[in-house]
Amino acid sequence: MTSFDDIVIGGGHNGLVAATVLAKAGRKVLVLEAEDETGGAARKHEFHPGFRVSSVAHVLNRLHPDVVKALELDRLGLTLEGRTMPTIALAPDAGPVVLRGAYGETVDGLSLSDAAGWAELRALLFRQVGVLKPLLARRAPDLEAMSLSEKLALGGVALSLRRLGKEGMRDFLRMLLMNVDDVTGEFVENDALRGLLAFDAVQGSHLGPRSPTSLIGLYFRLAGEIGGAEGGQMLPKGGMGAVIEAMHAAAERRGVTIRAKAPVSRILIEKGRAVGVVLADGEEIRARTVVSAINPRTTFADLVGPRELDTGFLRKILNVRMKGNVARLYLALDGVPSFAGVAADDHAGRLVIAPSSNAVENAFNPAKYGEFSPEPAMEIVLPSLSDPSLAPGGACVLSANVQFAPYALKGGWDKGKPKFLKAIVAQLERCAKGIGKTILASELLTPADIEARFRMPGGHWHHGELQPDQMLMSRPVFGAGGYDTPIDGLYLAGAGSHPGGGVSGVPGMNAARRVLAEK
Amino acid sequence: MAKATKSTSARRDAQAHIEMLRLETPFHPRLEALSQQNDWYTWAGYKAPLSLWDEELEYFAIRSQAALFDISPMVKYRIEGPDAEAFCNRLTLRDVAKLKPGRVHYTAWCDENGHVLDDGTLFRLSADRFRLCCQERHLPWLMDSAIGFDVEVEEETETIAGLALQGPTSFAVLRAAGLDGVERLKPFDLATFPHKRGTVTISRTGFTGDLGYELFVDARQALSLWDRLMEAGRVHGIRAIGYTALNRARIEAGFIVANADFVTAEHAVRADRVRMPDEIGLGWMVDREKGHFNGRRAILKAREKGALRHVLVGLEVEGNVPAEHAIVYHKGKREVGLVSAAIWSPTAKRNIAIASLDRPYGDTVTDDLWVEIYAMRELRYVKLMKRARVVERPFVKLARRSATPPGDF
Repeated sequence: MTSFDDIVIGGGHNGLVAATVLAKAGRKVLVLEAEDETGGAARKHEFHPGFRVSSVAHVLNRLHPDVVKALELDRLGLTLEGRTMPTIALAPDAGPVVLRGAYGETVDGLSLSDAAGWAELRALLFRQVGVLKPLLARRAPDLEAMSLSEKLALGGVALSLRRLGKEGMRDFLRMLLMNVDDVTGEFVENDALRGLLAFDAVQGSHLGPRSPTSLIGLYFRLAGEIGGAEGGQMLPKGGMGAVIEAMHAAAERRGVTIRAKAPVSRILIEKGRAVGVVLADGEEIRARTVVSAINPRTTFADLVGPRELDTGFLRKILNVRMKGNVARLYLALDGVPSFAGVAADDHAGRLVIAPSSNAVENAFNPAKYGEFSPEPAMEIVLPSLSDPSLAPGGACVLSANVQFAPYALKGGWDKGKPKFLKAIVAQLERCAKGIGKTILASELLTPADIEARFRMPGGHWHHGELQPDQMLMSRPVFGAGGYDTPIDGLYLAGAGSHPGGGVSGVPGMNAARRVLAEK
Repeated sequence: MAKATKSTSARRDAQAHIEMLRLETPFHPRLEALSQQNDWYTWAGYKAPLSLWDEELEYFAIRSQAALFDISPMVKYRIEGPDAEAFCNRLTLRDVAKLKPGRVHYTAWCDENGHVLDDGTLFRLSADRFRLCCQERHLPWLMDSAIGFDVEVEEETETIAGLALQGPTSFAVLRAAGLDGVERLKPFDLATFPHKRGTVTISRTGFTGDLGYELFVDARQALSLWDRLMEAGRVHGIRAIGYTALNRARIEAGFIVANADFVTAEHAVRADRVRMPDEIGLGWMVDREKGHFNGRRAILKAREKGALRHVLVGLEVEGNVPAEHAIVYHKGKREVGLVSAAIWSPTAKRNIAIASLDRPYGDTVTDDLWVEIYAMRELRYVKLMKRARVVERPFVKLARRSATPPGDF
């Protein structure tokens, strides 16, 4: 029997990245994937005969350049050049605002004063993001024992903070924990633009634009870059599936063994050290280290188990907030829909229904009390326009993130789902008249469905709310914030770890580097 | 209107516990009747006597007769279920698998930083039933620790009454009370005996370093048990005592008290006040071979890194003035610690103290230690700089404590 240096649990993108980085360093790596294929929440899904969609992650906006480089994804068929797509903030009455280039380098549809206000706000946000960006790329600072390189990196952050100048630093500290609604209100008036910024700040979280600290969500979004465009976004050639295919190929090229349909039931621990895993069918596989690229709560509460953990640590893990608020909608349409006021080419962009900052706040309000938004906010892409193989000729696929859909819906999702779907279609009709009649089939995944299908507790794509108390060294919890854990030889490598979710590959890459640094 | 009045009074009745600032233990009627001093203090929310009639004579009741002390305010938990042993093993420092049914052991438990949450005694009543007795309340901690274990945890501080019967004639009292079989109990044994229509659980344990027993009974049977012992003990010199006398005996025995000799992790406000087991003399409990337990990783890491900063020691101080809360000095100059408990020991005829010192003092550096005692003499402090020597605990070791069969004095 082959013996492995490292076992990576979970063949999602972070698992594949971690495995490849480890294998590149000469280690023998085994990836164990519970499902039929790798890709996790970014894998392709055929929801209606001939209609396919990327399951959860439907836009690429933060795949880290170091990951692309380390895995040589560009040499494995991933094309990122020249595919940046615009964002269209839909406004059924006033006409859309279109952000082009790297998150609105140029903008259509704004008044002169708003255009100037946006330019100023955009520049300010990117200056501030420049301070945070290194923090969101590296391992979070270790308060107890910082290595020299960590100290230098943190010093670099301090230096970039200084470089903002006195006024800039003051502005940054003033804004850091503000809500996004107040910040955008200082610079622009346009409802559609403010709605878009509000939506981008709170997408994927349990916050409204007026919730304190909601601006951090926008910083996080803008700290992502793709194809050299800061804050940019794209659907690569071949769609999101192409990203996973390239990562899978990178892993195999480095000699990583990938086993699908191999769900792990237990992490083997001997004298406080992880020594391998037990699969659901009872097979035992041993290795020097175990890297868990799945949800941290699942990792500790289920696979490690309370008996090997301290009460205080388990308590923290079980208290990580990870109840999702985003529903996924797939529609099979018999033709390309027409969104009011949107140019034909721009339909291949990212279409956002968030008519105003208030509309997003109003959509959030019911979610606080376990109810879905009657007029939900949405991020829509039509992936078949960039990758025609996703739908039969002439037909179209619509993929949307719909907010807010609380994980624990009052009265249950069985009853609520048809009503929510109706509300969503009504909202779509407001922006694309007649779209309802073109629907051939639909699938709506509530956070509860996402939890079951993708093994994401709470159906939360970040595997833990991305808010200040659950970021940096407190992600997922203090004591496991640096990818290593209280169990020797067990590492975390998923979105539940710093810096968080989205297809970035950063948690996987950093975790692998941590493993390599320790032995 | 009438309805409102009724609900208000009903509400008030239901809140009676708020008005009762100090609870009374099931033995309170008897204690109150015996209390000539009317000298009460608060023990874990209960009204408890510091002394009843004469703290000096109460102390000598422990050492030469039989002393009856109400331990009902001690916090008690029932831990029961198929996973009770595994639960206790993960919770506490010592190996519970080695604790056989019918046995008791002294143990402690820590948080994930390896800081002591409390110490206490763990009674193994049967294979899957335990009673944990301690100083502080821990129900939320125990409930969270129960996640993943098939175990039930129930607070039984109020429903179970407890008595400590300590002193050379304590066995004779129990025998006279008709509790046959008590003579077979070795130190740290426990057994159940009939009492009235129920039972009383008796263990050969105590907090005095003397021959002695602890008795646990349903609170409803408390008074009848008290009467039974007092009646039987009449010719054996049984006396009810308060805490001042017991405290002297426990210092002589070298026992520590949570939040008196060390600050528990959940009480400590200041970051440097928490203590690891090794820092309060409980390092011997840590069983690194038994599997995982709370604090294991942190404790082993601190040992490995030499990060233990304090040490708890017994001191013998020259002279006869108790050094209570005195500062400890090295070479009379450098401040190295504090005395947490001290008395002139009537039994050892020595001036003894329990102190927390900053390592290496008290650990590898034990010479040239001094304590500075402030003795108030007619509105003037007399400062005494006295030499202190690190000595073994217990300060008083009595053969009768562990002799089996117990002495029939």
